[in-house]
Amino acid sequence: MKLITAIIREVQLDRVREALIEADIKRITVSRVSGHGQQRIEEMYRGQIIIPDLIPKIKIEIAVNEAFVDITVDTILKSARTNGNGSVGDGKIFITPLEECIRIRTGERGGTAI
Amino acid sequence: MKKSRWKKVLTMLVFLFFSLTGLKAADGTVIDTGATAWMLTSTALVLLMIPGLAMFYGGLVRSKNVLGTIMHSYVAMGIISVLWVIIGYSMCFGGNILGGWFGWNPDYFFLKGIDTNVMEAGIPEYVFSMFQGKFAIITPALIAGAFAERVSFKAYCFFIALWSILVYNPLCHWVWASDGFLFNMGSKGAIDFAGGTVVHISAGVSGLVAALYLGARRGYPYQVIRPNNLVITMLGAGLLWVGWFGFNAGSSISSGLSTAQALTATQVAAAAGALSWIIIESRHQGKATALGFASGILAGLVAVTPAAGVVQPWGAMVLGIIASMLCYMAIMLKNKLGYDDSLDAFGIHGIGGITGALLLVFFIRPSWMSDAATSAGGSWTILNQLGIQALAVTIAIVYAGLVTFALLFMLDRFIKIKSSEDDEMAGLDRSYHGERGYGMLNPS
Repeated sequence: MKLITAIIREVQLDRVREALIEADIKRITVSRVSGHGQQRIEEMYRGQIIIPDLIPKIKIEIAVNEAFVDITVDTILKSARTNGNGSVGDGKIFITPLEECIRIRTGERGGTAI
Repeated sequence: MKKSRWKKVLTMLVFLFFSLTGLKAADGTVIDTGATAWMLTSTALVLLMIPGLAMFYGGLVRSKNVLGTIMHSYVAMGIISVLWVIIGYSMCFGGNILGGWFGWNPDYFFLKGIDTNVMEAGIPEYVFSMFQGKFAIITPALIAGAFAERVSFKAYCFFIALWSILVYNPLCHWVWASDGFLFNMGSKGAIDFAGGTVVHISAGVSGLVAALYLGARRGYPYQVIRPNNLVITMLGAGLLWVGWFGFNAGSSISSGLSTAQALTATQVAAAAGALSWIIIESRHQGKATALGFASGILAGLVAVTPAAGVVQPWGAMVLGIIASMLCYMAIMLKNKLGYDDSLDAFGIHGIGGITGALLLVFFIRPSWMSDAATSAGGSWTILNQLGIQALAVTIAIVYAGLVTFALLFMLDRFIKIKSSEDDEMAGLDRSYHGERGYGMLNPS
């Protein structure tokens, strides 16, 4: 089991979600986060351009069995890229080993609980 | 002792004399300070409805569109106010031109000739003009609810400017100008006390046309599209209710008996509408929702708008109840048909307005009917008036619908009205304003 964590652009959320659902990956957790990366974005407040040091991003977390790792990653890669070949700020994907997964309702453990 | 009393009386007389002469206008009409004070208050109250509408609509969209949606109302305050002073007031309240299509009076161009005018009602013409101008602002802002979350800001600005000139001003002239043809139809004219046809039917129908023309939002209806903040929606509905006292009671253009009648009808209809909405809803779906209560307030207020001057409290109550029932059914039907009138501009304003404008004939106070009979030179029945009302409603629906469609079709050749898919997904706030409404919130 792996935990796939993807940090993506806010504006790509709809596309990524739709692509994941299309690929039959429907159990996801989404949160709004902010952080530093290579990217600098400009926002406008009352005519003054400011460059925030913490850029808002979306974090998607998906726990998957080994067989689904590649398809999940490929789907996110394809749907989160912008401007065709990708541009700075499109985000990152982290894959971490997942020790255990337990469904609260039944107490099931492991792969079947995902 | 005696001397000082005389002194008092004398001072009072002197004061009275000066206060009267001081308030005389150039042409000798005396300002009625009571009426003027109430009309000034009403003007401010109607203006308050626009931030109210911004909050009502703003809370109902997704968080990425909250500022863009609020701006739809706010930018109307800018665009329409300017247009109103330049040509709007003249087109609405000038004398008939072009066969009565709209009005024109060179004195009203830039309002330059009314600097010292006092109207027969005893209020400065500036006050009347500004009061009416607020109605011109809120009407196009109402339409924005029909195509929320998917309209280009630039195209929206051009649309409301042109719509105001081509749809609102002519309709307003027909219904409210003293030489408008609907104002003079039948015995005492088509009844539209505060804007059932001019404001709500025209905005509702135009909204429906625009929603159909632009098509649905991306993902509608399969993707869940949840309101981002029902708290501001409720506050907005509250401000609308408060502001509506200016809208309806102010439309008496006086401060007296008819003002009180309109004010009472307004309160009763809003309350009855809100209560019946949550009763219907809890029977039908099991819960009395806050948004349902707010929708019922609006349905009741919209329905009583054309009727406030002629119905008694019980009639206003019945109108509120029926409007809530019909609007609720209209929204159910919309969900079945699947078109995307996003915030129910037609479902509430269109249906509520039509309900009020037609059904008000059954609740007209007897004194109005006898006046109408006298001026018709014999008899004037409920059915006579119903015919006039139906004709006025039909004219408003057909005119607003056709002109709105033509306007959208023409404008679309120059500026793409519907947002691009990318802009829509990124949200209006980011795409058109470069800002965000909230700091750290979970995405919706």
